[in-house]
Amino acid sequence: MAKLQVELVTAEGRLLSREADFVVAPGVEGELGVLPRHIPLLTPLRPGEVMVRNDGDEEFLFVAGGFLEVLPDRVVILADAAERAEDIDEARAEEARRRAQQLLEEQPEGIDTGATALALERAVMRLRVAELRRRHRREPPPTVHVE
Amino acid sequence: MPSLRDVRRRIRSVQNTKKITKAMELVAASKMRRAQERVAAARPYADELSSIMVELMRRNPEYKHPMLVPREVHRRVLILVTTDRGQVGGLNSNNVRLALREINSAGVPVGIVTIGRKGRDLMRRLRKELIADQSMLGDRPTMGDVLPAVRVAVDAYVDGEADQVDLVFARFVSTGRQVATLTRLIPVEPPEDAPKIPADFLYEPEPKDVLDALLPRYVEGQVYRAVLENAASEQAARMQAMRNASDNAEDLIGDLTLTANKVRQSTITTELMEIVSGAAALEG
Repeated sequence: MAKLQVELVTAEGRLLSREADFVVAPGVEGELGVLPRHIPLLTPLRPGEVMVRNDGDEEFLFVAGGFLEVLPDRVVILADAAERAEDIDEARAEEARRRAQQLLEEQPEGIDTGATALALERAVMRLRVAELRRRHRREPPPTVHVE
Repeated sequence: MPSLRDVRRRIRSVQNTKKITKAMELVAASKMRRAQERVAAARPYADELSSIMVELMRRNPEYKHPMLVPREVHRRVLILVTTDRGQVGGLNSNNVRLALREINSAGVPVGIVTIGRKGRDLMRRLRKELIADQSMLGDRPTMGDVLPAVRVAVDAYVDGEADQVDLVFARFVSTGRQVATLTRLIPVEPPEDAPKIPADFLYEPEPKDVLDALLPRYVEGQVYRAVLENAASEQAARMQAMRNASDNAEDLIGDLTLTANKVRQSTITTELMEIVSGAAALEG
């Protein structure tokens, strides 16, 4: 079966460049799964989880938003910020989540509600990706091929 | 004639200074290499964004995002990138001079966003209108460090408080050459050298939504790249400045050593003369 060449780049550099069978990314219109020979596609991303699967081996990453670009020969994820699941600083994300939530509840003068809601979403997704990764480590996935 | 002790003390002092400038030169050289790597690492993201933008604009020539349309200029914003620390030769003064020339010839009020302490301090002393500042970013600036300052400039444009946004930074040409550069950020001019995309895209949701999301990021990316380049330029300029300082110290040590020898020689000559004439007086 054909493979996808997946690249995840941020403004700071290239975080990922590898072959894969299947990629999942959080599009603004909903989760998107990309298999080889997908039609060329361009969409913005929400904060969320990116999954890259290759031969049953799954890698999880967090992206803070950005774009997904599906080309005939490769998939490019342009992320505003991205981290491998195992690199997520959970204590910091938890702190950010608490702060954003508090701001949204108290609604102090001059606060940008949209930006704060987005910050909250980012923090929550960061925590979820980290959580997923932990669970993932406990029970390794079956090594069956999903075509 | 200075005393021999004073000259020797002076030589020691210059030698110590030279040790410091030499060390700073070496540190700057290694930091420069890393700064250059960071500039290179930022390239794939910037190239990809440019390609997508050009492709979107080619496909939708009728859609005009406000950030693409020039309008009558009543107020401007200038983002000035400088270093936080000195010992960089003329790097900062060149950036500041270019910025000031632009501000003074603009003919409309110009709000200034500074990234870097040197530019901020100077603009504050000159009582220019500072609207935002982001300084002390260190040697490894991240996108997140730069973002707040850029947001202020972009928001000013979107809210209609400014009609044009420019950027001044030191472009890294080579180790020996850094050029103060002025570029226009908004209204956005599509890059001409963007690589072409070999695909007919399906857009989700709509091309214009993608473009709306893309333009602010393109501007942010440009500023971030300018900050990285300025950081590389900073290290290159410091390396050069410190090399000059070390060379000057070397010359000064040479001159002072010569003086010291002369002083020593003339002291010996004087003493000999005294002994000889003393002995002659006794004999006579």
